[in-house]
Amino acid sequence: MENKIVELQQVDKAYRMGRHEFLALKKVNLVIEKGEFCGLVGPSGSGKTTLLNIVGTLDTPTAGRAMVLNHGLENLTHRQAARLRSRYIGFIFQTFNLLPVYTVYENVEFPLLLLGRPEPERHKMVMEALESVHLLDKLDNRPAQLSGGESQRVAIARSIVKKPQLVLADEPTANLDAENSHHILRIMRELNSRYNITFLFSTHDEKVISYLRRKISLVDGRIVSDEHLRPEENHATASDL
Amino acid sequence: MIRFLLKGIIRDRSRSFFPGIIVSTGVFITVVMYCWVQGIFNDMFSVTARFQTGHVKVVTRAYHEEEKRLPNDLALLQSDSLSAALQQQYPQIIWKERIRFAGLLDVPDENGETRVQGPVFGMALNLLTRDAFDRKILDLEMTLTAGHMPDNTGEILITEQFAGRLNIQPGDTVTFMGMTMYGSMVMQNLRISGTVKFGISTMDRSTIIVDIETAREMLDMQNAAGEIVGFFRDFIYRNETAADLAGEFNRNYSHSGDEFAPTMLTLVDQGGLREIMSYTRTMMAVMIVIFMFILSVILWNTGLIGGIRRYREIGIRLAMGEPKDKLYFTMIGEAALIGLFGSAIGTVLGLLVAWYLQRYGVDLTGVMKNVNVLLANKLRAQITPVSYFVGFIPGMFAIILGTALSGLGIYKRSTASLFKEFEE
Ligand SMILES: Nc1ncnc2c1ncn2[C@@H]1O[C@H](COP(=O)(O)OP(=O)(O)OP(=O)(O)O)[C@@H](O)[C@H]1O
Ligand SMILES: [Mg+2]
Repeated sequence: MENKIVELQQVDKAYRMGRHEFLALKKVNLVIEKGEFCGLVGPSGSGKTTLLNIVGTLDTPTAGRAMVLNHGLENLTHRQAARLRSRYIGFIFQTFNLLPVYTVYENVEFPLLLLGRPEPERHKMVMEALESVHLLDKLDNRPAQLSGGESQRVAIARSIVKKPQLVLADEPTANLDAENSHHILRIMRELNSRYNITFLFSTHDEKVISYLRRKISLVDGRIVSDEHLRPEENHATASDL
Repeated sequence: MIRFLLKGIIRDRSRSFFPGIIVSTGVFITVVMYCWVQGIFNDMFSVTARFQTGHVKVVTRAYHEEEKRLPNDLALLQSDSLSAALQQQYPQIIWKERIRFAGLLDVPDENGETRVQGPVFGMALNLLTRDAFDRKILDLEMTLTAGHMPDNTGEILITEQFAGRLNIQPGDTVTFMGMTMYGSMVMQNLRISGTVKFGISTMDRSTIIVDIETAREMLDMQNAAGEIVGFFRDFIYRNETAADLAGEFNRNYSHSGDEFAPTMLTLVDQGGLREIMSYTRTMMAVMIVIFMFILSVILWNTGLIGGIRRYREIGIRLAMGEPKDKLYFTMIGEAALIGLFGSAIGTVLGLLVAWYLQRYGVDLTGVMKNVNVLLANKLRAQITPVSYFVGFIPGMFAIILGTALSGLGIYKRSTASLFKEFEE
């Protein structure tokens, strides 16, 4: 099927701990389709980050088949994985991780530089991305001059500026207060519907969960439930702010 | 992308500042040191050539073997025809006969009794003609501190320091006591016409300068000369040319059996200069290489520290899909750029200091008191074409090597832990 962004079949991830092996993911089967807005939910240590790593081509499974954007991870070289990430995958981290010596504009521009996009196109895309996170007034600020919420919005802009197929976010709201959390979630959902970008979060934040259209629950490295939700109506989209 | 990296270098001073300072300091020291040694060499060569060896020199083989004792009994005979022949055969060189000799200088009191006495070293060359080449080569007019240049046979110049020690002045008469070419005693009165100061400790201690005809008469050396020295017309010593000339001459003239056969020596054949020169060259090369590696190690460490500071940045760039090779080479590119600036600054500063040392020199009269090498008391640096890159290339090499080593950490970095690292 064309629309499968991620397809995991019987995926195991084992970590070697001295003589023992620890299975962080056990026979995980998962299909994510284009345009989904879904979250991995589960207690600490359940394997959420491990799963994001694999989907993000930062790590490989120890057993099973994993297809990401029509590439089998088993026979992907580091170089190919890097190219896949730079073209099609955006990342949002728990801490915002902007490059401190660069301005907001330049931070957002960086993924486009990696792709070798020409300047006029870069400018247009950066402005569009910053507009969608409501940060056009902070173009020339350095990360140190931004609040946590603003920083995470820059990180979001950076992750979506190249219009990726898939954005992965590991606990994106963990370092934000409630108001900022709602703000960025609205923005992400807005981006999801505007550009049809697929989002996959890991979270145990109830606020995040309330925005999800699909909730995948992990316990001890296994998927224990996978439900499609109707996000509550009271969450307005970013454009209403 | 390059603009982007440039911005990073410029804004993050610690990224460029310390490596830059380290490189430019290293390059600076290398350049100054090189020019300094080069200058000392140049000076040593030039002084030695002027006073002692010429650029090339013809002596008898026997004289050469015992040169230290100034053996005029082994001098060249028929020296006028030999020097004429040399002049004809090698017109690119100016040939001059010289006699060097040693003895005692005796200063009498009013009654003709010895007042003071001291060992003396004499140099005899063509003095009497006003535009004599030797006058110019030794810069005698300039070094004259009192009196005048000799006008007649029997008149001599004496170094100011020696005159002071003997307490004599221009106009006084002294007696030279020594040996003729044939081994009999000589006592000859000489009139002091002037005093000179060369600024070379060895020469200034106890030297008299005598016209060659005066010396010939005194030492019974008619139509003989201890040595015939030759100088390239532009006074620039060219070792290869000199060696070629000497080789050719010696094939034609130095018959193996005859110890009185003339033999031609180059500047570096004499006074152990060749050894000094090759030794110093080797030492310089070794020092520059060692220096370069010390610099590399320091920069390697600086690079490691930089790598720690930029740990997150590198992680983010890896996550965003920058290939490791590219990241590694951009690091090296940044280093090369910093190295370029650092080396350029170091070279410019080094050349400035070298230029100052070349122009004004450093006066080491005090230190030189006991030096027996022919070296001016005022040492100067010399800027040569090599000076422009002698520090530059090692500087670039060191920073690139240092960064290449420290940057290898990028390849050990696992992408699998990036999400974890960014949790804090
Ligand atoms: N590199 C590793 N080596 C060994 N064990 C690991 C490694 N990374 C993760 N684990 C283990 O795998 C399990 C799953 O870890 P993971 O980080 O995926 O959990 P998580 O669901 O993201 O937890 P949290 O909500 O605390 O972030 C944990 O028990 C953890 O200890
Ligand atoms: Mg986690």
